[in-house]
Amino acid sequence: MEYTRKELMVVAAAREIREGEKVFVGMRLPLLGFAVAKELHAPNAVGIFENGVIRDWPALQSIFTISDPPNLARALYCGGIVDVMNLLQAGRVDLGFIGGAEVDRYGNLNTHWVVENGHRVRLPGSGGAADIATLAGRCIIIMNHERRRFLPRVHFITSPGYGEGAEWRTENGLPGGGPSRVITSLGIFSFDAQSREVVLASHHPGVTVEEIRRETGWPLRISPGLNETAPPSREELAVVRKYDPKRVWTS
Amino acid sequence: MDKVSNLREAIARDIQDGMAVAMGCALESLIPFAAGYEIIRQKKQDLTLIAPISDIQFDQIIGAGCVKKVVASWVGNVAAGLGHNFRRAMEEGIPQRLEVEEHSNFTLALGLKAAAMGLPFLPTKTARGSDFAREPHYAEIDCPFTREKLLAVRAIQPDLAILHVQRADSEGNAHVWGNFGVLREAAFAAKKVLLTCDEIVDHEVILSDPNRTVVPGFLVSSVVHLSFGSHPSPTQGYTRRDDDFYFEYHKESRAPEGFKRWLEKWILGVKDHSEYLALLGPERLQRLKPEGNLFSLPVSFNF
Repeated sequence: MEYTRKELMVVAAAREIREGEKVFVGMRLPLLGFAVAKELHAPNAVGIFENGVIRDWPALQSIFTISDPPNLARALYCGGIVDVMNLLQAGRVDLGFIGGAEVDRYGNLNTHWVVENGHRVRLPGSGGAADIATLAGRCIIIMNHERRRFLPRVHFITSPGYGEGAEWRTENGLPGGGPSRVITSLGIFSFDAQSREVVLASHHPGVTVEEIRRETGWPLRISPGLNETAPPSREELAVVRKYDPKRVWTS
Repeated sequence: MDKVSNLREAIARDIQDGMAVAMGCALESLIPFAAGYEIIRQKKQDLTLIAPISDIQFDQIIGAGCVKKVVASWVGNVAAGLGHNFRRAMEEGIPQRLEVEEHSNFTLALGLKAAAMGLPFLPTKTARGSDFAREPHYAEIDCPFTREKLLAVRAIQPDLAILHVQRADSEGNAHVWGNFGVLREAAFAAKKVLLTCDEIVDHEVILSDPNRTVVPGFLVSSVVHLSFGSHPSPTQGYTRRDDDFYFEYHKESRAPEGFKRWLEKWILGVKDHSEYLALLGPERLQRLKPEGNLFSLPVSFNF
C-alpha cells in the first residue's frame, strides 16, 4: 500500500503509546498518532492538552488548534494550564510529544533562536514544550530530518533532553525521564543508556543509512540491531486517513 | 452596579499607556481580538502584553507599534507558523524594539497564580535546564523541608486583564466554559478586569449555575457586549474558529507593507466592531455559527 513519509511518522508515534497511558498530545502528527493508538492498540489511553482539556477519545472533526470547539465538545475535563501541568509535575503523565527547529546529539531542542545564512531568526518560543521535556515520564521528539536542524549542539536549549549527556539530567534535578525516541522523516532513533547520545535504531523504507548520516551534523552512532522501520499496516493507514481525510497534516 | 459600556469608552478608560495587560489567556480560544483592534485604533503606547499563547493577537498589536514588552511563552501563528511582526521586532527593531520576558506555559501560569495568591513567587520543578530559566524572573531556591532544588517564578501582576467570555451579567459576573488556559489566574491576579462577552444575561442566570462563574463581578471594571468579539478565535457554543482569517493574515503580514494594508483594511479602516463584522459579511459570519446545540444537562442546586 502506498503511504507518505508523514503517515509513517504518525504510525511510528502511535506505536510509542502503550495501553492505558496518560499522554500529553499536542497538535499535528502526534494528535493523529493518538487517534491511531486509541482506535487500534491503546483504547484506554488518555489524551491531555496543555490548554487544560483532557479527552478519552480524539476529536471527531479535524482541528487546527487544541482549543478548537470539536476538541472541547465531549471532552472528559476542561480546566486550565495549571491543572494539567500539575499532573505533569506530580509525575502522573507517562508520555509527551514535542518538536523543534533544532535537535542535538543529546536530544536537546531549540524553538527560540536559529541562525540562517548568518542572520538570527527568532522562533515562537517554548509554549508547553519545556514543561513536557522537563517533567514527562518520557518524551518523543518528532521532526523533519535536515542537516541544518540536526546539530552537534543546539544554539539555545528551549526543551532540555540529556543536556551534555550521561547523568546530566539527574545532576541538574530534572524529574522527568527525558527523550526516549526521535522520530524523523528519515528514521527512528533511541538514546544510548550510558552516554545518552542519539543512536539510529531504524531507517525508513527507501532511506539509506548514508542519507541519514549526510543529513546529521555529527558522526552518527548506529545501533548494532539496526533494522528497517515497519511500514504502516492497512489498519493503521485507515485510521490516519479517517482523522486526516483532507491530508492537511500527512501529505 | 451596572458596568456595561461600549468598547471605545471601556478601552479609553481602562487602559493607559505603559500598562501591563493580560489578554488571550485561554490559549487559542476566547481571544479578545475586538478589544485588541480597539487598542490599535486608539494608538495605545508602550504596553506590556501578558499571555502564554495568544495566537496572532500579540503579533498584530506588536506590528501596530503599541508594545514595548511581551511576557509570553510562545508568540506566532498557531496554525500557520511564525509571527512575522514578532520576528521583525525581535530581529530588526521594526516597528520598534521589543523586550521579551521568556516563559514556558507552566511558569507563566505560575507567575500569574502567585500574584493571584498575593505571593511574590511560586516554586516549581519545570524548566530547570532550559536556557531561558537563567533570566532574572527565575531564581534557584532550596526547599526548606526536603532541601531539593526548585525554580522560583516571580509573580506577574497585570494592571488589567481583558477577557472574552460567553456570557456575563451587567455587574461583570462571568460564566465561561471550555478550556481556561490561564484565564482564571489572570482574572484574579490583575488589578482589574475588562470583559467582552457574546451575551449579556440576567443576574438570575449567573445564580443558577455558580460553578460556571469564573470571574466574580467585583473584580470587573467594564462589561462590553460584543457578538463575535473573539473573531477569528472560537467561543465555544457561539462561534467557530475562522481558520482562513489566520492563513490570510500569515500571508499578508509577511512583508511590512502587506501588514500595513492588512491593518488598514481590517482595523484602521473600520470605525468599530460592527463595521468590522459588516466587512466580514453576513455569509461568512453565518458559516462560523455552530449548527444546532449540544447542551449540558442541568444540575440541581436544591437543598
